[in-house]
Amino acid sequence: MRLGNASIALQENKADLFFRGIVRFVALLIVVLVCLMAYEMYASSAPTREKFGFSFFFSSAWDPVQDQYGALPFIFGTLVSSLIALLLAVPISIGIAVVLSELAPPFIEKPLSFVIELLAGIPSIVYGLWGFFVLVPWLRGDVEPLLISLFGSTPFFSGTPFGIGMLAAGMILAIMILPIIASISRDVLNAVPRAQREAALALGSTRWESTVIALRYSRSGIIGSAILGLGRAFGETMAVTMVIGNRPGISASLLDPASTMASVLANEFTEATSTLYVSALVEIALTLFVVAVLVNSVARLLVWSVTRQDGGRA
Amino acid sequence: MTDLKMKITTENVHAFFGTNEALKGISVSIPEHSVVAIIGPSGCGKSTFLRALNRMHETVPGGKITGTILLDGADIYAMDAVTVRKRVGMVFQKPNPFPTMSIFDNVAAGLTMNGIRDRKLVKEIVEESLHKAALWDEVKDNLGKSGVSLSGGQQQRLCIARSLAVNPEVILMDEPASALDPISTAKIEELIYELKPHYTIVIVTHNMQQAARVSDYTAFFYIGTLVEYGITKKIFTMPEKKQTEDYITGRFG
Amino acid sequence: MKRTGYFLYRTSKNYFFYGMCVVGTLIALVPLYLILYHTLALGLPALNWNFFTQMPKPVGEPGGGLANAIAGTLILVGLGACIGLPVGILAGIYLSEFGNGIFGTIVRFLTDVLNGVPSIVTGVVAYTLIVIPTRHFSAYAGAVALGILMVPTITRTTEEMLRMVPTMYREAALALGISQWKMTLRIVVKTASGGIVTGIMLAIARIAGETAPLLFTALNNRFWHTTLDQPIASLTVFIYNYGVSPFEDWIAQAWAGALVLISLILILSIAMRFATRSKYQASSL
Repeated sequence: MRLGNASIALQENKADLFFRGIVRFVALLIVVLVCLMAYEMYASSAPTREKFGFSFFFSSAWDPVQDQYGALPFIFGTLVSSLIALLLAVPISIGIAVVLSELAPPFIEKPLSFVIELLAGIPSIVYGLWGFFVLVPWLRGDVEPLLISLFGSTPFFSGTPFGIGMLAAGMILAIMILPIIASISRDVLNAVPRAQREAALALGSTRWESTVIALRYSRSGIIGSAILGLGRAFGETMAVTMVIGNRPGISASLLDPASTMASVLANEFTEATSTLYVSALVEIALTLFVVAVLVNSVARLLVWSVTRQDGGRA
Repeated sequence: MTDLKMKITTENVHAFFGTNEALKGISVSIPEHSVVAIIGPSGCGKSTFLRALNRMHETVPGGKITGTILLDGADIYAMDAVTVRKRVGMVFQKPNPFPTMSIFDNVAAGLTMNGIRDRKLVKEIVEESLHKAALWDEVKDNLGKSGVSLSGGQQQRLCIARSLAVNPEVILMDEPASALDPISTAKIEELIYELKPHYTIVIVTHNMQQAARVSDYTAFFYIGTLVEYGITKKIFTMPEKKQTEDYITGRFG
Repeated sequence: MKRTGYFLYRTSKNYFFYGMCVVGTLIALVPLYLILYHTLALGLPALNWNFFTQMPKPVGEPGGGLANAIAGTLILVGLGACIGLPVGILAGIYLSEFGNGIFGTIVRFLTDVLNGVPSIVTGVVAYTLIVIPTRHFSAYAGAVALGILMVPTITRTTEEMLRMVPTMYREAALALGISQWKMTLRIVVKTASGGIVTGIMLAIARIAGETAPLLFTALNNRFWHTTLDQPIASLTVFIYNYGVSPFEDWIAQAWAGALVLISLILILSIAMRFATRSKYQASSL
């Protein structure tokens, strides 16, 4: 009994070609999609690009009524809120990574990892809701008056305690980017060869000192994870827009309301009436896109190079 | 050997991995219904040669074959690869039953995935193949159990049954017993002896005693070249080339 | 003497810094606890049968529910999956089975790029691609935005899971004379199916909670949807709108919605954990 003959076999060959063709085509679709996204935003922002050129990024005049647009307040808001988030999140995340990687016994480490990942799964809008109804009143009532009394003379903590503002946004962002920095740092720490730690211990160092050596060894991976967190913070929208106050302006005080690139898009896009207004917003979206892509690429390269080194898969 | 019918004939076969030449001009004839053993030290190209015979070598990135390989006188590169592989089956070093399938489905895989729908026919072939692979008695009540729930030796016989179900003419075996215990190894060797009258078998082995036990003809490979090829008894008692003798007596290996 | 003193210093440093790490971890757990607590405390009272079955009442009138929003989210997620799943899985298959060359690297890189694009930017793109030409907000636009968001997650997990299937199964299938496409779909993908489904659930959980890309694509709708090329309600946008409103009733419903969202994600996360755990136990070879 003979199975299969030449003609069936040739048909299979055609099916194979078709299959290969389809998956290649879909992969190409992804390439096309990303290029299309960039192109669409570039094209739709032509009016403001032509009118304002590069001064768009350096002007803080955001006046839709007068059709004057400058993105500086939003760039400022994004940068400062994300930096606050990094400053708060990185030390804590490294602490979490150390606990997960070195201190916690397996029966604590697994549920703890799971719980940290839960933080990552909470939707942005829920963070926003909680931020607005719980964090902001706490800041307004307890934290900010304290900060004003302690540091009110400096420009960073001057002003009235509204609760909403840059500080609130930075804090909420910090909570949101904790999981990603912590989990990648934990993975990177776990990848440190035992030999490194053991060598340190054999030389008589304390456990903490050997941990410091491990941290130093994983430095680029941890930095990479921080940059990834930064990229995530740049793009966060709903949580930020509910606690930052949405007032375009540049102020040194962390207690003042502000606005970020993402939050202005959420707030004003549906109200944008004139073509120039929409174009300005699309140009902000394009900026956010380019920044996010750059930051993520740098971060991925750093993390990738570290995990590659130790024989991990990219 | 000259008055025997040759099942597979290779003429000046070279095999490449990219620019790396792993086989350098192999010309060999494999008689029908015989067992041919391929021996040689690690890295000598035994497995590469085997995989050339069922066109598996080209599935590796950069894999290329030059030269001619004839199956019953027909160039296997003029045929569709899928057809070649149905006629020339392969059993691998590490038993690899499909993990998501039952014993029955594993054996039937080559049939069901090639469009054989007749369930009665499939059942018949599965039973027949398991008999031929000397596994039927051990699994006949448990055909629905997962393929990976068997012991190593049983899994290998399952893989053999799976290959047999497709009704090949040639069975290639790449060190089929090297991952198994001695008892399973003995069972496999017994199986080879039972299969010989109905199939042509080419077996790669690093175990010289095994080659001496099971094969009619032996080919000795060394760094990609065919050093000597002949009747097994002669190779092991009166080898013509010094290299062969050195390998057989264990001077290197 | 000095030696002992310095040793004590180092030992106390040891405890201090490890202590700080533990303190940091506990600090991180506080907001998580608080968020879950408040969502439960504020959302549970408003979570009743009405919430799931009734439509939103007009402004100022108490009561009502978010039935249309829940339905809307299900529709948007379902439609989005129709776009995201095929693209993601097929692209993942490409990257795993054929993507070892330069084109594969480019696709992989761009998938990562796509992953890092903020969801609001994806919403802007969906707006320019669909809302502007069709001249209205629609469920389709929202679904496209959500579908695009799904692609990177699904592509990456699919590729990873497929790569984890050992080569020997591919070879065994080919050696039986099974053609490549059958081998890939019916053996490789089937073997990796558990992990792939996990990736899909992850992606669905992510887009179910998205708000920003819907704000100017699907917009919102206080009424039941009639067709898909009109604005459609969604749970997330409703939570946003209700949350910033001055009405106590609406705020309570916003919390109820948040509770529903979090519960959904929690259930999916636990289910995923289960799925991956049993996968590791299955491989006995």
